[in-house]
Amino acid sequence: MKQHKWRFILPGLVIFVVGVTFPLWYSAVNSTPVPVLSLDTPVINQLQNKECVEDKAFMSADHMKMLHAWRDEVVREGKREYTAKDGRKFEKSLTRTCLSCHSNKEQFCDRCHNYAGAKPTCYDCHIIPEEVKK
Amino acid sequence: MNLLLSFVAVFVIAFLSWAIAAGTTASSVLTMYVPYIVFAVFLGGFVYRIVKWAKAPVPFRIPTTCGQQKGLPWIKNNPVENPAGPWGVIGRMAEEIFLFRSLFRNTDVKMIDGRPVYGSAKWLWFFGLMFHGSLLVVALRHLRFFTEPILPCVNFLAGLDGFFEIGAPALYLSDAALLAGLTYLFLRRVVLPQMRYISLLTDYFALLLIAGIAVTGLLMRHFFPVDLLSVKSTVIGWVTFTPVVPEQAGVLLYMHLGFVFVLMAWLPWSKLMHLGGIFMSPTRNLINNNRSQRHINPWNAPVKVHTYEEYEDEFCDKMKAVGLPVEKE
Repeated sequence: MKQHKWRFILPGLVIFVVGVTFPLWYSAVNSTPVPVLSLDTPVINQLQNKECVEDKAFMSADHMKMLHAWRDEVVREGKREYTAKDGRKFEKSLTRTCLSCHSNKEQFCDRCHNYAGAKPTCYDCHIIPEEVKK
Repeated sequence: MNLLLSFVAVFVIAFLSWAIAAGTTASSVLTMYVPYIVFAVFLGGFVYRIVKWAKAPVPFRIPTTCGQQKGLPWIKNNPVENPAGPWGVIGRMAEEIFLFRSLFRNTDVKMIDGRPVYGSAKWLWFFGLMFHGSLLVVALRHLRFFTEPILPCVNFLAGLDGFFEIGAPALYLSDAALLAGLTYLFLRRVVLPQMRYISLLTDYFALLLIAGIAVTGLLMRHFFPVDLLSVKSTVIGWVTFTPVVPEQAGVLLYMHLGFVFVLMAWLPWSKLMHLGGIFMSPTRNLINNNRSQRHINPWNAPVKVHTYEEYEDEFCDKMKAVGLPVEKE
């Protein structure tokens, strides 16, 4: 009875311990570099004032909400012009506004999204322009 | 009173985390060293509790049975509700762990026309299962912060969970289910007088603590977005033993971490240890073979016996002398 009992409990405990420490084993065999976002595109390099539509903190935290709002406003209400907080005006367009500067989707968008496990649905509808695709 | 105290306890944790987020030293301690201490307490405590339970002697089979025992071949038996072998027990435990079989039997009694009437009560089972299931999904989804490259199955699970793509970022169904389950379990304790009467401080505290984790998590996802890049690099820092202080982290992240650390460190010593305890329930995990096999209590005191053979050996001469019949000759 006694050995019989441990025959079930010990493997169970081992499975538990290995299971909860799994991230430690997994990261020991995989390299885990923090992604660096590249702003090195022809258009951005030529900009005098390297500024996105809004400031960096807002963009990194809220860009998904902004794009979501743009989509609704353009598709459902036909409002195509966005006025930024500092008064500059932009066309509400992923392809023509965002991607015209950030023409390096793989080094910019994807690096962060893949790292954080975010799966934006932009390209379910949008095609990836040829110059961005490379 | 218990309810009030547990609210106070949860708010104290939230306030402490808020204060820690404000201080540079405190926040670096919380994000660089506390995770290891908490994890060690969790793992060590968990193993300690299991080993302690495992050492408890179980000399007899004490399963609670809900079906016909295996007996004569022409009597139909129930192999799962009254297991006669290891496979029956495995089936029974799987039902218990994944489907909460015992809770499914929950009944309610009402006085109708002065007579007690018993009926089935499945709401607790339903919300309990929903709560535990979504908690599991939420925990597994968090592996996206702990693994790099992210496991494909974690991404698949997240995709399935956010299948309806409500809002951006997509609302996870497990988050909604978790909140619904928590709300039911909490209101049940508050609204029903008999439940309120037997509820202890820790009953409320466990629910409120998990609610705190869920709410801060949801706020960070949907309302005050946290910088995922620094969250992930912090978590990866933990698992690669190169801890860093998150570069951009709001108060909410510190509250979330504060709640999670308290939960993890407290879990092995609390009622939440049913996570491991359910596997160790002798009324569920034992084969019912009390009749087909003999179980001898290992600590029975040795009984001094004197068999007839020994008796005859001792008194052989005397028996022969008085003419009594002797077997050994």
